[in-house]
Amino acid sequence: MHIFNKPNYDFLRWRWHALALSWLIIIAGIATIVTKGIPQGVEFAGGTVLILQFDQPTSVQQVRAALDKSFPGGGQSVIVQTYGDASRREVMIRVPQVGAESGASLSTTADAVENALKQGTVGTFKRSGTEIVGPAVGRELRSKGLQATVLSLIGILLYLAFRFQFSFGVGAVIATIHDLLITLAFLAFFRYDMSLNVVAAILTMTGYSTNDTIVIFDRIRENLRSMRRDSLNQVINISVNQTLGRTVITSGTALLTALALFFFGGEVLHGFAFTMVVGIITGTYSSVFIAAAIVSFWRGSGPTRAAAHAPATTVVAPQQPTRRSKPQRKARAS
Amino acid sequence: MPSNLRWKVITILAVFVVFGSVGVYPIVAAHYGVHSPGWLMDKQLKLGLDLKGGVHLVLRVQTDDALRIETETEMERLREELTKRGMTGVTVTSPDSTHFRVEGVPPAQDAAFRQAAIEVQANFDRSAGTNGTYTFTMKPNIVVNLRDDSVVQARQTIERRVNELGVTEPDIAQQGEGGDEILVQLPGVTDVERAKEIIRSTGLLELKIVEQGPSPTAEALQQNGQVPAGMEIVPGATGTAGEAAGTVYYLVRKAAAVTGRDLRNARPSLDENNQAAVSFTLNSEGGRKFGKVTSENIGRQLAIILDGRVQSAPRIDSRITTDGRITGSFTQEEVQNLSLILRSGALPASLTYLQERTIGPSLGADSIRSGVLASVVGLLLVVSFMLVYYRLSGVNAVVALIFNLIILLGLMAYIGAVMTLPGIAGFVLTMGIGVDSNVLIFERIKEELEAQRGVRAAINAGFSRVFWTLVDTHVSALISAAFLFQFGTGPIRGFAVTLFFGLISNLFTSIFVSKTLFELALARRHQVATLSI
Repeated sequence: MHIFNKPNYDFLRWRWHALALSWLIIIAGIATIVTKGIPQGVEFAGGTVLILQFDQPTSVQQVRAALDKSFPGGGQSVIVQTYGDASRREVMIRVPQVGAESGASLSTTADAVENALKQGTVGTFKRSGTEIVGPAVGRELRSKGLQATVLSLIGILLYLAFRFQFSFGVGAVIATIHDLLITLAFLAFFRYDMSLNVVAAILTMTGYSTNDTIVIFDRIRENLRSMRRDSLNQVINISVNQTLGRTVITSGTALLTALALFFFGGEVLHGFAFTMVVGIITGTYSSVFIAAAIVSFWRGSGPTRAAAHAPATTVVAPQQPTRRSKPQRKARAS
Repeated sequence: MPSNLRWKVITILAVFVVFGSVGVYPIVAAHYGVHSPGWLMDKQLKLGLDLKGGVHLVLRVQTDDALRIETETEMERLREELTKRGMTGVTVTSPDSTHFRVEGVPPAQDAAFRQAAIEVQANFDRSAGTNGTYTFTMKPNIVVNLRDDSVVQARQTIERRVNELGVTEPDIAQQGEGGDEILVQLPGVTDVERAKEIIRSTGLLELKIVEQGPSPTAEALQQNGQVPAGMEIVPGATGTAGEAAGTVYYLVRKAAAVTGRDLRNARPSLDENNQAAVSFTLNSEGGRKFGKVTSENIGRQLAIILDGRVQSAPRIDSRITTDGRITGSFTQEEVQNLSLILRSGALPASLTYLQERTIGPSLGADSIRSGVLASVVGLLLVVSFMLVYYRLSGVNAVVALIFNLIILLGLMAYIGAVMTLPGIAGFVLTMGIGVDSNVLIFERIKEELEAQRGVRAAINAGFSRVFWTLVDTHVSALISAAFLFQFGTGPIRGFAVTLFFGLISNLFTSIFVSKTLFELALARRHQVATLSI
């Protein structure tokens, strides 16, 4: 069975359109982030989150009204949402402040919310979950999250530069940064909270999106050896087409699992699964349209022999183990 | 069967048995109540807090406290030494936790002062200023040691308290950039407030002789507007349980007759009025000191001070050696907690809470339900796709996937990893991304078949050509998993661990297991013309 029967699309011809589309989304994303900000989860922003389970069905409006009336400082800054499946009658309440960090009073805000609700007419409830984060923790996490993302990008760049040529490393890392920005843009469009889980998904996505790219690069490298007369752009196009079926199928299976998590994984995994879904789609798109195009910009698009200046063997990274080329020679002979 | 193929099959079966018995068997056995040897069940995959329910706390040790205590102790020693040498006009003050200043040393007595100051030379650097002024600065290595020690001691004290609370499988660890944070995870604990209070209480017990008091104001106890040398003023509460408590002050001797360090045991008891109280027993060293002080001070009051507050100040009627009782306005629960805290020893520094997360048991159970549902749906989708698209070769991929699952479960159980909700997500994603390798290989085999290769040659070429591609993709994914682990705490670490080991076991199953399966299928047939792929 084949998804594509001998595909022969001219992907590089579409690179300008692809770039324009990507820039459009990224700029819109940045504009959203600048004007509205990235909503931050309680782990990063600090604050108090309560998950309350009510004995009778209660509406968000009722809870909000009770808070407006009795919560010190009013309910304006408080977020009230239904949490999870409606049958569980759970409500999430998020307050930006916490009690003073010193002393045992970190939970005073949580207690104040509970007291305010007890004074209102929202029925009986019990706390099924609490999360209280002081400002110091959030600060530390923010810097660590950013650090981990940047370091893992540098790690991937170095590894690819070692295994391929530098231009390939640059292509893969730019494609990954592209995926990162697109994913952030979509998180901003859909107003998902930046939580620890979302950062985990973003980091996973950086690893995953380079996967597709590497497979295509590997094929380009292989074809560069056998198609020395063709221009780099032709080689790239042929390589992308040859791996197209595989690219689409693997993204498809990964997407299936991410979608299963999105629809069935429950409230906690929602942001995580959303990030993965967006990351997988943009990762596939960037592997096909962006990564190789960057290599082509970087090296110029003339015949590969001219572009490489040096003997053709240097096209293969010097660290290339001999094992890799052996089976190929055998294959040609057979 | 060729002998190298036989060895491959044996290797795979051995891996299957080992990882299956570590990773899968205990879970199944526990679920159906099958009796199994303990060493096997001990390795069972543990559930994280977010699935099991419980409390997750992050505390910071205020290590400055430990420095301040050290500075004050040394200051006090120097002051005593100076008094002994008759230098009364000298003042000693401490501007912050690592410095103290001496002012007004008469030039004539400078040599004598230096002689006295040698007493504190070990931990402090001394620098001379003008007009008989000296500044003592704590040595940097002492500062570092004291900070480290106080965090370690705090952790050990918290461990003892948590054990006294009877929590099973608690997790207590140091963390944070400064190394001064302590993570406390208490699975299954529902009374959060009690746990928090017990962990945080300093639990410093001091018994001191009262010089004067109780008095309604602190000023009334001062002489000429100053606290007399060697004394201090400590607040306390009036009245017994039930009465409205006001604050009174006591002037007590600064040197404690006995402290919590001399305790052997503490337990809840009742006083003569049937009020809840805490009885304590001192060790022999403490008993000797206490006996001496009480026999010298019969008729005076003894202040029982807990965390800087006088709980009660009974009159000493006779010499007391090893047994005493703390009375005050306590409830039954308070004396329970107090005796627990006293038994586990005092904290070297105060603690503040940075983060608190509570997961109720129902919320955890709900997370397990949705996590498992999502996994099953995700896996079924992937498996059906592979079977429809690759037919018989799809069976090969599915067998490899099941192997991958079993190895991953076994590895995680073996290293004692904790399963969290993001960890479950990591499982599903590992499987979804894991078939990636199979797809890559199969697509390559298809290409080779189209290039009119024989089936065997196509399979061999398919595997060997993508081998380095697979290594590259896995290494780059491992790089990001490693950074994720280093960044994350708790649930995220669980996710990173799953991802990391999933990638490694995937390399094994997609290359070694899958190839062997192909070889096994082809071994019996001599002329192979077609491949179901």
